[in-house]
Amino acid sequence: MKPIDNRAWLLVLPVLVLVAFSAVVPLMTVVNYSVQDSFGSNEFFWNGIGWFDDLLHSERMWDALGRQILFSAIVLLIEVPLGILIALHMPRKGFWSSLCLVLMALPLLIPFNVVGTIWQIFGRVDIGLLGRAVAALGIDYNYTRDAIDAWVTIVVMDVWHWTSLIALLAYAGLRSIPQAYYQAAEIDQASRWAVFRFIELPKMRGVLVIAILLRFMDSFMIYTEPFVVTGGGPGNATTFLSIDLVKMALGQFDLGPAAAFSIMYFLVILLVSWAFYTVMTNLDREEGPR
Amino acid sequence: MARITLRNLAHSYLAQPRGEEEFALKELDHDWADGEAYALLGASGCGKTTLLNIISGLIRPSQGRILFDGHDVTDAPTAARNIAQVFQFPVVYDTLTVRDNLAFPLRNRGLPPAQVAARVQAVARMLGLEESLPRRARGLTADAKQKISLGRGMVRQDVNAILFDEPLTVIDPQMKWELRTQLKALHREFGHTMIYVTHDQTEALTFASRVVVMHEGRVVQIGTPQDLFERPAHTFVGYFIGSPGMNVLPARVEGDRAHLPGGAIPLGRGYAPLSGRTEIGIRPEFARLSATEGLPVAIRRVEDVGRHRIVRADLGGRPLDIVLPEGGPLGPDMTRVTFDPAHVGVFADGWRVEGEAAR
Amino acid sequence: MTLELQGVAKAVGARVHIHPTNLVLRKGSLNVLLGPTLSGKTTLMRLMAGLDQPTAGRVLWEGRDVTGVRVQDRGVAMVYQQFINYPSMTVFDNIASPLRLQGLPRADIESRVRRAADLMRLTPYLSRKPLELSGGQQQRTALARALVKEAGLVLLDEPLANLDYKLREELRAEIPRLFEESGAVFVYATTEPEEALLLGGHTATLWEGRVTQFGPTAEVYRAPVDAVTARVFSNPPMNILDLRKDGDRLLFGAGEAAVPARLGTLPDGPYRAGFRAHHLGLDRPAGEALAFQATVLGAEITGSETFLHLDHTGARWVGLLPGVRPLAPGTPVAVWLDAAHLHLFDAGGRRIGPSPEPMAA
Repeated sequence: MKPIDNRAWLLVLPVLVLVAFSAVVPLMTVVNYSVQDSFGSNEFFWNGIGWFDDLLHSERMWDALGRQILFSAIVLLIEVPLGILIALHMPRKGFWSSLCLVLMALPLLIPFNVVGTIWQIFGRVDIGLLGRAVAALGIDYNYTRDAIDAWVTIVVMDVWHWTSLIALLAYAGLRSIPQAYYQAAEIDQASRWAVFRFIELPKMRGVLVIAILLRFMDSFMIYTEPFVVTGGGPGNATTFLSIDLVKMALGQFDLGPAAAFSIMYFLVILLVSWAFYTVMTNLDREEGPR
Repeated sequence: MARITLRNLAHSYLAQPRGEEEFALKELDHDWADGEAYALLGASGCGKTTLLNIISGLIRPSQGRILFDGHDVTDAPTAARNIAQVFQFPVVYDTLTVRDNLAFPLRNRGLPPAQVAARVQAVARMLGLEESLPRRARGLTADAKQKISLGRGMVRQDVNAILFDEPLTVIDPQMKWELRTQLKALHREFGHTMIYVTHDQTEALTFASRVVVMHEGRVVQIGTPQDLFERPAHTFVGYFIGSPGMNVLPARVEGDRAHLPGGAIPLGRGYAPLSGRTEIGIRPEFARLSATEGLPVAIRRVEDVGRHRIVRADLGGRPLDIVLPEGGPLGPDMTRVTFDPAHVGVFADGWRVEGEAAR
Repeated sequence: MTLELQGVAKAVGARVHIHPTNLVLRKGSLNVLLGPTLSGKTTLMRLMAGLDQPTAGRVLWEGRDVTGVRVQDRGVAMVYQQFINYPSMTVFDNIASPLRLQGLPRADIESRVRRAADLMRLTPYLSRKPLELSGGQQQRTALARALVKEAGLVLLDEPLANLDYKLREELRAEIPRLFEESGAVFVYATTEPEEALLLGGHTATLWEGRVTQFGPTAEVYRAPVDAVTARVFSNPPMNILDLRKDGDRLLFGAGEAAVPARLGTLPDGPYRAGFRAHHLGLDRPAGEALAFQATVLGAEITGSETFLHLDHTGARWVGLLPGVRPLAPGTPVAVWLDAAHLHLFDAGGRRIGPSPEPMAA
């Protein structure tokens, strides 16, 4: 009835094609592998949900999943409060503010495998500065031997690498709060805690939801850094889902189970992110008008 | 509640001001009487917000002292001054309910819960917020939020003063009436010292019992709305108060007559010879169109604004506004204007000159 | 030139933003959209501009259907409440920017920019950057940019709302003059009844996404077709009085009065009456009049006039009296209303009887 200009779709087309090739086609390939069995030489047999069934009963997968959840929970619990704390104490303007921003951005600019390599060397008890220093304090520290030491090393590395991201996002949120709010709070004689709880936190919530979501997805998919530092060891202590997946897919060349694993992995991340996002936005709506 | 004294107060945003023009606020001595409602009126950049921020403690003045009831608070921080402030944009604690918002300043001061509840209830009733007390502040309209900001200022009984920084800017015209009326009722009920900053003359005149008119960092007149209207101390006040503002016409004043390009007009008073630039000021409300007497004018346009009409005319090449009451006659032969002599003011170099009673 | 809306409506999901609207806007006169915040002024303007597509109806430009035509192809200029200029360009370049996009010769651009700057009194500031100017000068730059484009349709969305009162007063007087000289269709949105009156031209009143009345501004003001229009076009708010006609008497709250001759033929029954603040007085007017007993809630003195806030059997009224009348709160007063200024509405809010207020001479 009304002449809507349909040429606009042409502009979207390249993106659709790109997404199709980059995401949909590989995903479909993986789905294809996940329901078949192969014995090399390109021979495939229908296996139905067999691999998924195996996976759900695989102790190895559940262990990896447990480690993965524990790792994400630990880094989120450390990085989010720490990032907010740093953001709250960053200078608001002037030279120091710029300097802070540059310094904070540095870890984010280093390639993942370099981060891993840095910490791998840094933590070594024979030549690493950190390892030697800790050992000199009389603490028995060796991340290649002790599971706890390995965990501590990887968590500290991740915190070093990613807390900046939360801090920068929180800082942006804080900067958008009009000065009048702080003046009003001062006049109301609000405590520092009350200012944080009733002004800063509500105003930062939008960016924090994004920050937590990003950090959750990233930490849940972590691969490069622990692989470089510990290679998943000692034993299986730091074998997270992604490391396990690679071992399965490349090390053992079990394409079918690996594909099923990938799909489950993908679904778990999708589900948790979706649930988190929905809960946060619903909370928003309940508080909002009507 | 307190009397606020400004002593030799001045402020410059520069560390080393060279000369008076670099002061955003020129030297000022003033007493704000306890329990009075004041308005600070002026255009943007006239220094009114600077003055408000000095009183609230956000800015430390470059010179002079500020006293609350005789106590020097020049170096005291905002929190120690025990004042309340309402800002241009509503400041509410989004995640708290309306009730908790109102209770916030009282709880922070550790008042017993029973007292808090009673005060919150009283203020909510005055503002018509009773029904929204259990609601979260986030989803409310701008005027409801501004009522909450207002309520948070009112809820403390012991505040020294309540400061308003253009609080009705974001409110629709019709709602402004309601909020302003409530503000006045609250003032009558609680008797706080109030200082209200605005560029809107209607708000200033209707709110305050005394209006402080500021221009280029200087206080040009402090007076009742009637003073400012009838006897502006400076042509700026004449122009700034009133809508349209006062007509200012260059004239030669001799005794009790003023000579304008179109002829001479009588003045209500006699004047000694004046030096400097002399002008007469006449409000559009005190100018009358006539067919037979007065100075000749050319009528350019007539604007019907409902309750009256504004005639835009030309008197000897200078624009002249005349206000015509609703339904008042306006014929094509009305090409002359007369001024009510009692309301013609005489100004030398911008400042009002008081004449002597006519002989 | 004309802009015509034929049954134009806009809904997002189940929420109706604009109800079906018919409007014909002509050039040479200023068309004011008057309504409170969220009444649909901006939405209607976006539909006129082609920034949004209507969910029903057609937009005609000089009789030609332009409903689906993109805003870039329509020749539309828009000025917003916020002062929107290119911060890195000088005032001259800001004003020239739409002409450069059109690819006009340099000499043409120069002369048109100079003319617009002259009209807007910006000539001394042409080489400055917008942020070095006052708010009024910044908004005049935006206005000049809209003018210089010589667009067929110029939309001004509360362009003076962020300016000082006095500056607003000056620009309000200038704007109608600019429009008389231009050949475009002008649409001006505002929340303030005084602004609509000062601008003159035609006014469409909006309420909850509906155009309630459209006509010459003074006519809409003096003869509102319904209670909603009267309310939108009244500041201070119109005073409301519920009354009942019974034979030759009007009965209300705490009193009664003879039915004015003008309303003698009305059937008996309940009505809602409205009247404006400045029609209330403390003295008995010459003609037919209604008297009310009221209590003073407060008096606001503006210097030459007094706003009297009154309570009449629970209803809140505002009276605007000439002179200074410092009546103390709680004082009982008798107030008079000239019956000629009484608007009557039926239960559905429609006006009954002829327009009560006389037209301006």
